[in-house]
Amino acid sequence: MSKQEFTVTVYTENQIGLLNRIAIMFSRRKINIESLNTSPSEVEGIHRFTIVINETEDVVRKLARQIEKQVEVLKAYFNTNEEIVWQELAMYKVPTDTIAEKVKVERLLREHGARAVVIRKDYTVFETTGQREETDKLISVLEPYGLIEFVRSARVAIIKASSGFHEKLKEFEEAEPSEVVVENEFLDKQDEVFTM
Amino acid sequence: MSSTIEVAPKKIEAQPNLTSLSGSQAVLEAFLAEGVDTIFGYPGGAIMPIYDALYDYQTKLKHILVRHEQGGIHAAQGYARTSGRTGVVFATSGPGATNLVTGLADAMIDSTPLVAITGQVFAHLLGTDAFQETDVINITTPVTKWNYQVTDATEIPAVLAKAFYIAKSGRPGPVLIDITKNAQLQKFDYSGYEKCNHIRSYRPKPLVRKEYVAEAAKMINEAQQPFVIFGQGVILGKAENEFRKFIEKAGIPTAWTIMGESALPTDHPLGVGMLGMHGNYGPNVLTNECDVLIAVGMRFDDRVTGRLDKYAKQAKVIHLDIDPSEIDKNVKSAVPVWGDCKETLPLLTELVEQKVYPQWLQRFRDYQAQEEEACINPELNPTTDELTMGEVIKVLNELTGGDAVVVTDVGQHQMVACRYAKFNKTRSNVTSGGLGTMGFALPAAIGAKFGAPERTVVAIIGDGGFQMTLQELGTIMQSEVDVKILILNNRFLGMVRQWQQLFHDKRYSFVDITSPDFVQVAKGYGIAGNSISDRKDLQASVQQMLEHKGSFLLEVMVGKENNVFPMVPQGASVSEIRLK
Repeated sequence: MSKQEFTVTVYTENQIGLLNRIAIMFSRRKINIESLNTSPSEVEGIHRFTIVINETEDVVRKLARQIEKQVEVLKAYFNTNEEIVWQELAMYKVPTDTIAEKVKVERLLREHGARAVVIRKDYTVFETTGQREETDKLISVLEPYGLIEFVRSARVAIIKASSGFHEKLKEFEEAEPSEVVVENEFLDKQDEVFTM
Repeated sequence: MSSTIEVAPKKIEAQPNLTSLSGSQAVLEAFLAEGVDTIFGYPGGAIMPIYDALYDYQTKLKHILVRHEQGGIHAAQGYARTSGRTGVVFATSGPGATNLVTGLADAMIDSTPLVAITGQVFAHLLGTDAFQETDVINITTPVTKWNYQVTDATEIPAVLAKAFYIAKSGRPGPVLIDITKNAQLQKFDYSGYEKCNHIRSYRPKPLVRKEYVAEAAKMINEAQQPFVIFGQGVILGKAENEFRKFIEKAGIPTAWTIMGESALPTDHPLGVGMLGMHGNYGPNVLTNECDVLIAVGMRFDDRVTGRLDKYAKQAKVIHLDIDPSEIDKNVKSAVPVWGDCKETLPLLTELVEQKVYPQWLQRFRDYQAQEEEACINPELNPTTDELTMGEVIKVLNELTGGDAVVVTDVGQHQMVACRYAKFNKTRSNVTSGGLGTMGFALPAAIGAKFGAPERTVVAIIGDGGFQMTLQELGTIMQSEVDVKILILNNRFLGMVRQWQQLFHDKRYSFVDITSPDFVQVAKGYGIAGNSISDRKDLQASVQQMLEHKGSFLLEVMVGKENNVFPMVPQGASVSEIRLK
């Protein structure tokens, strides 16, 4: 089984220390986290972690289960890039004079789906949203013109097959035992299951 | 981020007259409501308010003053293991808390329910490198099932309720609650203690799916050579009777892991011995010949499986476990039966056919006969002058009849004790299985005695491990704990020496350990003792130890370079187990 990019989506309670508890699940197996985003989810009070790693499916499945075992974690899903819609945001700071002189800014913006966030006398900040190759491309375009600063956000991802967490949460709020954890890829047909 | 404490609104007891309590008192009220009777602990600056409150609760809560926090937490583990209840330990901030880490890790890997309470510096000092401040929450995150820092006393009842619920439910484990000193001192309006029985993000009990149970039963009924292996899950699930009924109806040969040992009487007719690196010959070899392998409440540790890619490849694996993350973690299962084995085993028992497998069982017995000749007989009935560890255990078996609680440390003596000790009752084998913590046995035996006060508790310890926590002799002295200490002294760190002999060309690197006069040490603590090195004294001295009123230390000098066999060498398959 070869390694590939997986996006792990974790629904959790909003609790101090949980970030560490989740992060160490990866570091104890010496797995590098390529990208990590925490944000609110579609359900009020439920937090959502989006974590990108390069791993085999086998390891990601085990990781997802071990993450899900943590007391404050409601559910952990993992998906390949084909199964999600994902975006990252990038910002680029360049000297305004060079840009104004040497580049047809309008064309640049149009071609890369970028927009100017701030235009000052000394510098201009562009912003673009897209996948890794797209944001990377704009770096190489801007580099010759004296790129001062570059930053890219963590990945945010929407799971294509997901019907949201509202219904799942209701199951969680009911008393034990719960059907939720007994999704099983051996005896069930895998595609009929949400993930896992 | 804000904190969220979810507690089901079920009132157990309201005490309207207790209107104002301190955080410290609330901790102790929680203990009473949870049925705690014994606390192991050690005071210090940041936990003084709790100890101050404890002064008034002495008649209701027994506190055992240990000599080191590691001793405290191992004692709480021993208590939990023999009593089936949650062990409780107190420690102060900083070094007190860090001294708990080994015990937490041990309890985590061996699924022992514990609630550890640590004091912490005042909330306004957090993060300032205050005196005895340490980031306990982050230090203990990998080794706790759950941990939480309380900075406001009003949180205490709900947090403690959650702590006890999490520690004990599902797959048990250690929980640590860190309470800042201001929260311990803070007075608040107390409206009673409500037990926790549901946390929405926590699913301790998976729903049992009958179709998987049916699938498993079908597989078992069609099997020609089925084999049952079980671990501590049977004990943790209090499912010893259910388990026994299952194997007796299905007629399947059954082996145990070190953690499962004693859940089934060791002389049960279907019992074929212990699995793993120093387990019995038959169960290891035949793991690779069975057609259906039924694993109950065990986690396929590498010491059990040996080389994983050569482990039971021919078999269909049925895995019963309460923890879904254990399914397929190490060994792929054909049918996973998620759930509490107390529920799943009776369902399975109902569906399996009443059967016997005389020829298959005979194969285990044949291997056993080979093992008897090559390993067991020389160990139990040696012809050498030197005493062996095995013959000491044999004498102990004869004198206790298999009714004692045996607490072992880690190393050769542990393997020999677990191989040869006879057990009639469950919760009788207390050992550090997963973490392999030397120094575990003496403090764990103290706790084991408090957890099972009516039983004889024998701590079997090596000369190395004993020196790691021998300060707990002070606890035995002060609290008058009736623990029988049996030191098997081979004047070596024996297990490491065995590996150095077998795999490192006898380069005995720093395993030659000298020991004090243990009997004199015990005497210093007011504990009676004896040391023997002759076979003729063995029977009488073990008897003397067992009959002595109160604690007793018996040192038995055993052969210096004896090895434990059989052995599955590291990296080898279970079927490549060596008899010598």
